[in-house]
Amino acid sequence: MAAIETSRRISVTINGTTYEREVEARKLLIHFVRDDLDLTGSHIGCDTGNCGACSMIVDGTLVKSCMLLAVQADGSTVETVEGLADGDELNKLQRAFNDHHALQCGYCTPGMLMSATALLRDNPSPSDDEIKKALQGNICRCTGYWNIFEAVKAAAS
Amino acid sequence: MLLREVGYARPETVAEALELLAANDGARALAGGQTIVNVMKARAASPDALIDLNGLDELRGIDLAGDGTLTIGAMTTYSEIVASAEARARPILGEVCAQIADVQVRNRGTIGGNVCSNDPTNHLPPLMVALGARMTIAGRDGEREVSSGEFFQGVYLTAVGPGELLTKLMLPAGKADGFASVTLGVDGTCICSAAASLNGEVRIALGCVDAVPVDLRPASSDEQAVRDAVRGAGLAPPSDVHASSAYRTHLAEVLAVRAVEQAQKAGS
Repeated sequence: MAAIETSRRISVTINGTTYEREVEARKLLIHFVRDDLDLTGSHIGCDTGNCGACSMIVDGTLVKSCMLLAVQADGSTVETVEGLADGDELNKLQRAFNDHHALQCGYCTPGMLMSATALLRDNPSPSDDEIKKALQGNICRCTGYWNIFEAVKAAAS
Repeated sequence: MLLREVGYARPETVAEALELLAANDGARALAGGQTIVNVMKARAASPDALIDLNGLDELRGIDLAGDGTLTIGAMTTYSEIVASAEARARPILGEVCAQIADVQVRNRGTIGGNVCSNDPTNHLPPLMVALGARMTIAGRDGEREVSSGEFFQGVYLTAVGPGELLTKLMLPAGKADGFASVTLGVDGTCICSAAASLNGEVRIALGCVDAVPVDLRPASSDEQAVRDAVRGAGLAPPSDVHASSAYRTHLAEVLAVRAVEQAQKAGS
């Protein structure tokens, strides 16, 4: 019988590095990644599951990491924004964000990049509507979205 | 947000999950977590323990029987339903699931979680009523099957009792279905919704206007008959910041007509 525990030892592979930590069951994945592992690229915007700034790819699936307990990620492979660039070399999507001025304050950018990454992996040639639908779970309060959309479109082409 | 201290278990079988739920009064099932985790952040609910159903493969999957009956495991996500070839046997299901929130939420949120939370603004409770879904509920003493009319009992309240789990939903065959809603932004929370099914009898279920979906059986799918059925239902929906009671009542009638029109097109 599985035991009810208030903390557990978990093992999570993030951007190719495996981390083993004792973690409280009440800790959300975003806090585990930011506070325990010091991977602060993923942001906390709303903390209510709306804004998407905490988006990560967990076992190939795009999720909002403020609605997943860290213990639920035990054994998982996680991708965060820190995994996109190769050292200082930005990847194609990141360069497109740069080229299209797709960020102003940059707070939403890590989540936008992960949502766009998930989209382009499943659908390398998305239609305009598919791009918009894929970014629906990510809120930006600066850009009016248009340059983000243009950047994703450029990265897809 | 740091949640209140909570216990966690990840059972490997439904039987084990049922034992854990039955043995711990303050334990709640954790499905996709797209509602309960936020409810816990807001301290609107503070379960002592979460029994994580995500390891239970027996609760996932979509099966299409020879007679067109769809059986959907409670832990099947919206994204899995949208992508499923089998689920297209009842096309409205995937169409509505594709309108729920956003990619991230659809990737985690489950059909079982949606109906079990029975938030009146959720999409699936009225849809399940209109489509004539049947739900299988498991407890330590075995399984029982209830109709969607029996399943939804009140705001956040269903026929799933303490120590029980919804395991699957069954939908009969049909194509002439529709769903219309007015939402907070595209694919947002429903302010008012209506589902219609014209397979055999005319069945309409209204969402957001009462504690449970309002189940109507107009005499025909004729527009006037639909309007009369909604007007005759004695609706007294709540007012809130998004819509007054009178406006919601108006929306219910308009959306019922739209849902029926969509169902007619889908069935023709």
